[in-house]
Amino acid sequence: MRVLMFGWEFPPHISGGLGTACYGMTRGLAYRDVEVIFVVPKSYGDEDQSSVKLVGASQVPVKRRTYVFTPANPGTNELVSSSQSLEMTYIEVGSNLLPYLSPEEFQKYTHEHLQKNELTIQEIEQSEIAGSAVLTEVVGTLDFSGKYGSDLMQEVSNYALVSSEIAHEQSFDIIHAHDWLTYPAGIAAKRMSGKPLVVHVHATEFDRTGENYNTIVYDIEKSGMEQADLVITVSNLTRNTVINRYGINPDKVVTVYNAVEPGTENGVETITKSVDEKVVTFLGRITYQKGPEYFMEAANKVLKHSNNVRFVMAGSGDLLRKMIRYAARLGITEKFHFTDFLKGQDVDNMFAISDVYVMPSVSEPFGISPLEAMRSNVPVIISKQSGVSEILKYAIKIDFWDVDAMADAIYGLITYESLPLMFRHYGRDEVNSLKWENAALQIKNQYMNLLYPSNSPL
Amino acid sequence: MKNICLYFQVHQPFRLKRYRFFDVGKDHYYYDDYLNKHILKKVVNRCYLPTNELLYSLLTEFKGQFKVSFSLTGIFLDQLELYAPEVIESFKKLADTGHVEFLSETYSHSLAALGSPEEFVAQVNLHKRKIESLFGLTPAVFRNTELIYSDSIGEQVSKMGYKAMLTEGAKHVLGWKSPNFLYYNVIDPRLKVLLRNYKLSDDIAWRFSNHSWSEWPLKSETYHHWLKGTPKNEDFVNLFMDYETFGEHQPVESGIHQFFEHLVRLIIKDPETGFALPGEIADSHQSVGPLSVPYPSSWADEERDLSAWLGNEMQKEAFKKLYSLHNLVIQANDSDLSRDWRYLQASDHFYYMSTKFFTDQSVHNYFNPYNSPYDAFINYMNILSDFIIRLEKKTKRIVYKGIPIEELSGDPLNDAISDYEGILKVLRQKRKKIS
Repeated sequence: MRVLMFGWEFPPHISGGLGTACYGMTRGLAYRDVEVIFVVPKSYGDEDQSSVKLVGASQVPVKRRTYVFTPANPGTNELVSSSQSLEMTYIEVGSNLLPYLSPEEFQKYTHEHLQKNELTIQEIEQSEIAGSAVLTEVVGTLDFSGKYGSDLMQEVSNYALVSSEIAHEQSFDIIHAHDWLTYPAGIAAKRMSGKPLVVHVHATEFDRTGENYNTIVYDIEKSGMEQADLVITVSNLTRNTVINRYGINPDKVVTVYNAVEPGTENGVETITKSVDEKVVTFLGRITYQKGPEYFMEAANKVLKHSNNVRFVMAGSGDLLRKMIRYAARLGITEKFHFTDFLKGQDVDNMFAISDVYVMPSVSEPFGISPLEAMRSNVPVIISKQSGVSEILKYAIKIDFWDVDAMADAIYGLITYESLPLMFRHYGRDEVNSLKWENAALQIKNQYMNLLYPSNSPL
Repeated sequence: MKNICLYFQVHQPFRLKRYRFFDVGKDHYYYDDYLNKHILKKVVNRCYLPTNELLYSLLTEFKGQFKVSFSLTGIFLDQLELYAPEVIESFKKLADTGHVEFLSETYSHSLAALGSPEEFVAQVNLHKRKIESLFGLTPAVFRNTELIYSDSIGEQVSKMGYKAMLTEGAKHVLGWKSPNFLYYNVIDPRLKVLLRNYKLSDDIAWRFSNHSWSEWPLKSETYHHWLKGTPKNEDFVNLFMDYETFGEHQPVESGIHQFFEHLVRLIIKDPETGFALPGEIADSHQSVGPLSVPYPSSWADEERDLSAWLGNEMQKEAFKKLYSLHNLVIQANDSDLSRDWRYLQASDHFYYMSTKFFTDQSVHNYFNPYNSPYDAFINYMNILSDFIIRLEKKTKRIVYKGIPIEELSGDPLNDAISDYEGILKVLRQKRKKIS
């Protein structure tokens, strides 16, 4: 079975959880003998905005790579199956698409950068991704008569046009598109090939913006879901949004929970804490969606009663300045710290010195970061408004707005010794049992249902 | 003649209110009055009053042919006095028929037998006095919280003067033996042990209204037939269950009351079957052999062990800290503190902290006021923290991380010494500066 998959980011160039999820998923699918052709627009996360390249109008550079997945743990050969196809074709389409920017932000952003940058073709870089090696790299160009503009919607439709070209060239059985930027590409590929379309909802416009949603984005999402033969959601929370807010027939919406890549034991430095107090951490984008102000209010309550604790807000986002001012107004800045954006080893180090991790998200379709914390033996408090709360047992679940309950949970975890002991004891095992191989099998079964409806295995 | 021995357990805990850490030291009232009253009233109307009425009519109609035994916990009776005194009157009416036996147990449905032998004895005596004062009867047979039993608990009970004790006929305890005989305690043979027939008890208590059970709908005739179907040489069958089975666990609408009434009539009409009380069985039967239970067993869950109350780290921490306060509570000699300490001992609080609900969901969720075991634990520990502060004030003693300093040993003792040395150092420096 071969799948044409449209994403918008892939490691190492990732700016959010989607790239990590796509990577794990393709790995899992390879393990389950599903071939994947993965198409992404050439994209850069906001951590590396200086190197944005725009390309000429008539030629779209296309990079094609073949990934060979190596076993997750060389000792155990965990991911080596009977399968011979532990490889994946990866196609990169030159584009200016930037994930996690709203159309308005995108326009502002490209205006700032258009003048600065030369239009050159991106050079191939030798990139190593944990757990896989790049086998071959081929650069080619694809004739394409579209125009690139500074308009996000234009980019989305251009990506769709290029994608339909790719769909024309490749042979495959099924199309799988991740989130709204790629839905038009998925639809175009479906029209070109007549193959069934699966759209995968990692987040909806309501999760990103609350009630002040962009109607154009909403329309693209809705039409993608409507034209899809199957909609996969990352949690029942998101499934309900898809059914209730987009009016999609519940029969074709299924939930497949994300998994996590197994943690790497080697290479993790043992960081020792330099402060005596317990450390309680918030880590994520500091935006409305992530609920940073609830975390700060809970911190304020705990600090009034306990000296033995420090709070850290790690990350950046449009609410960062407001949060700093808020901390100053509450008068807790000597015990409440900001780190700005963290990545890579810094994230691991942050987890290593944390005693409690809090994810107070207002709306979180899934939420992978608590799993990463648990993998580092950090007890977690998560909001009930997160998809991940549907599958975790060894986590304290609270409503994001219930600041008293959040404060109480934090206090309990730093005060009553058996509680963190229990979480450390069982949490890591719980996370390690969430494997992409299993999620991929569920996805494969859904593919089978679509392709062979009469003798479906489920 | 095959005798049916009925024993009903009646208990409601004082559920704790939502108590945050910032209430510690400020708010010394721990109970959710609204919830407790609400649940009690509901069960009173669905179970206690109608079932008592049914039993009363059967007891007066069959004068001595029908008999039942009860164990009412002290805190249940306390709640009735607060919210539903009419139910106490109704139990008194049952007692006055002369065919009802009341059993002894711990006052607060506690795990004191496992936590503190002195407190165990104190609670049993307190409960006994309560039963005597309300019903004018002195219990002679004992049942421990959740039918928890071991050889050494049995020995303690025998020392208190009881002639018999009830426990679960758990498979891992009995092996090939039948629960339908009388046994004796392996350490002190004077104590006779009656065993619950869990198969026949649970057919009524848990399975009666289960539509996916192959025997549903269960008829009184069928059940009577099963009772008679036990081997001829077995003289009695012990049916032990929660009283809330009638109208609450098995809803009124399931016809549980009608089933029971008809069953009683069938048993009495049939010359081969009848009723007996636990005390009567202990008096009239010879025990057939010793029962060896080296590790405590109970009537809960598949495992019939203590894992529902003391299975995980949270339960163990809370339990250890609670019982380490025993000496301080006695020193304090304060009726409010003693009452709160006993109410906090109710096994229910530990049950709510069980992480076994991940598998045994239905049972553990029954009347559980908490969202999760973590929630239950944090709430309980916050309350215990406040209780400790009150105890420290009253006794002028110091409690270090939940444990009175007199009870410290090992690492916690060393931690406490280094902590207090640190404080002393700071204080001495301060004195130096001042002088």
